[in-house]
Amino acid sequence: MSTYPENFYYTKEHEWVSVDGDTATVGITDHAQEELGDIVYVDLPKVGASVEKSKALGSVESVKAVSDIYAPVTGEVVAINEALSVTPEKLNADPHGDAWLVKIKLKSPDEIKELLSAADYQSYIA
Amino acid sequence: MVDFGGWDMPVQFSGIIDEHNTVRTAVGLFDVSHMGEIEVRGPEALNLVNYIATNNASKLKVGQAHYSGLLYEHGGFVDDILVHKVDDDHFFLCVNSSNQEKDYDHISTVNLKRASVEYASERYAQIAVQGPKGLVTLQKLTSTDLAAIKYYWFADGEVSGVPARIARTGYTGEDGFEIYIAPDEAPAIWDRLMDAGQEFGIKPCGLGARNTLRLESKMALYGHEIDASITPLEADLAWIVKMEKDEFMGREALAKQQASGVTRKLVGFEMIGRGIGRDGYEVHVDGAPAGWVTSGGPAPTLNKNVGLCYLPTALAEPGRTIQIIIRNQPVDAVTVPTPFYKRAK
Repeated sequence: MSTYPENFYYTKEHEWVSVDGDTATVGITDHAQEELGDIVYVDLPKVGASVEKSKALGSVESVKAVSDIYAPVTGEVVAINEALSVTPEKLNADPHGDAWLVKIKLKSPDEIKELLSAADYQSYIA
Repeated sequence: MVDFGGWDMPVQFSGIIDEHNTVRTAVGLFDVSHMGEIEVRGPEALNLVNYIATNNASKLKVGQAHYSGLLYEHGGFVDDILVHKVDDDHFFLCVNSSNQEKDYDHISTVNLKRASVEYASERYAQIAVQGPKGLVTLQKLTSTDLAAIKYYWFADGEVSGVPARIARTGYTGEDGFEIYIAPDEAPAIWDRLMDAGQEFGIKPCGLGARNTLRLESKMALYGHEIDASITPLEADLAWIVKMEKDEFMGREALAKQQASGVTRKLVGFEMIGRGIGRDGYEVHVDGAPAGWVTSGGPAPTLNKNVGLCYLPTALAEPGRTIQIIIRNQPVDAVTVPTPFYKRAK
């Protein structure tokens, strides 16, 4: 049984968000990696890029399929998880931890309120 | 990420890469009962098969099979098929699931030879036992001497006491067998095969691994490398076209194409830049659109991202740098000889 951290926020597009001050760490959910299967490629934006809520910020590819990753919040990319370009399979092993994708400096922190709670997300995917 | 369902979701068990590697190194089991079967019988059976399909069925011995093409008069593919010669007056065709009704209609329409053509898919389930440990796995369940069946030959025997057509064929590039059995018996046979293969590390495999395995071995997939708009000469399948035999459907179109020269060809490529060239992506050469990817993705055995694409014949030699357009960005790839993977004999 996978666990969805209570202090994370979630989207219906299967991203998670963890907020620390004005910075949001973003990843894909355990459900997403499970559905995709073996992840072999991750395409992330550059540090400094502006991302807009609900617009594609990158993509992940499994052996069989490509899926866009959507920005759950608006802001500026302040860090990307470089390790994933060499070891994309980490996304299958630890999607809620080590395999975070990007950190975004929030432009409008209120957007967080529009995201799903762990309980809501879990009933959404159930 | 949105709508995984919008994709053809990977049909997988333990994971595509794990299943893929299991078939290359041990043995994997595939339920391919979706494949279609058509039986052609009667004194005119050979003549009909030779008229509808490009390979020369008169060269087949009883118990032998070959790969062949069903073509339209214009030379494009109706389907690609396996032809098994069961007897002098009986041929057993294994066809693609999504094409089976079209194939049956096509064959029936051109059946001026008055052979008996039976749509037999409901009578057969098919299980593929693929990989270097396929033979020893299956041998535990059958008295048929499997080692005596050569590659692309078959025997009518039994598996676990159930009548079975046992063919040494496959769609993985590995040694292995495809067995045709009555659908009612299939679940029990599947379970027995899983038990028999346990000591060799057998795993159930899905369509995802089937696709990566066949791509590495450069076996065509209908709707990708071949379709109604593609001829066997373009698809690098001239070896299944026997122009010297009697008249067959598509022959005239192919003869014309041969005389005027094939203008596009299927070629393999490996990604150089970061990215994966996938089915349908555009291919550029020297900055201009030149072709399209028919199949592409990671090749787990080679640990590379590979693919097949159509290019103008003049640009199709190996070693050329090409660009695959991935999400509007050109990414470098290089054309390479195929197949990407060939098992050691």
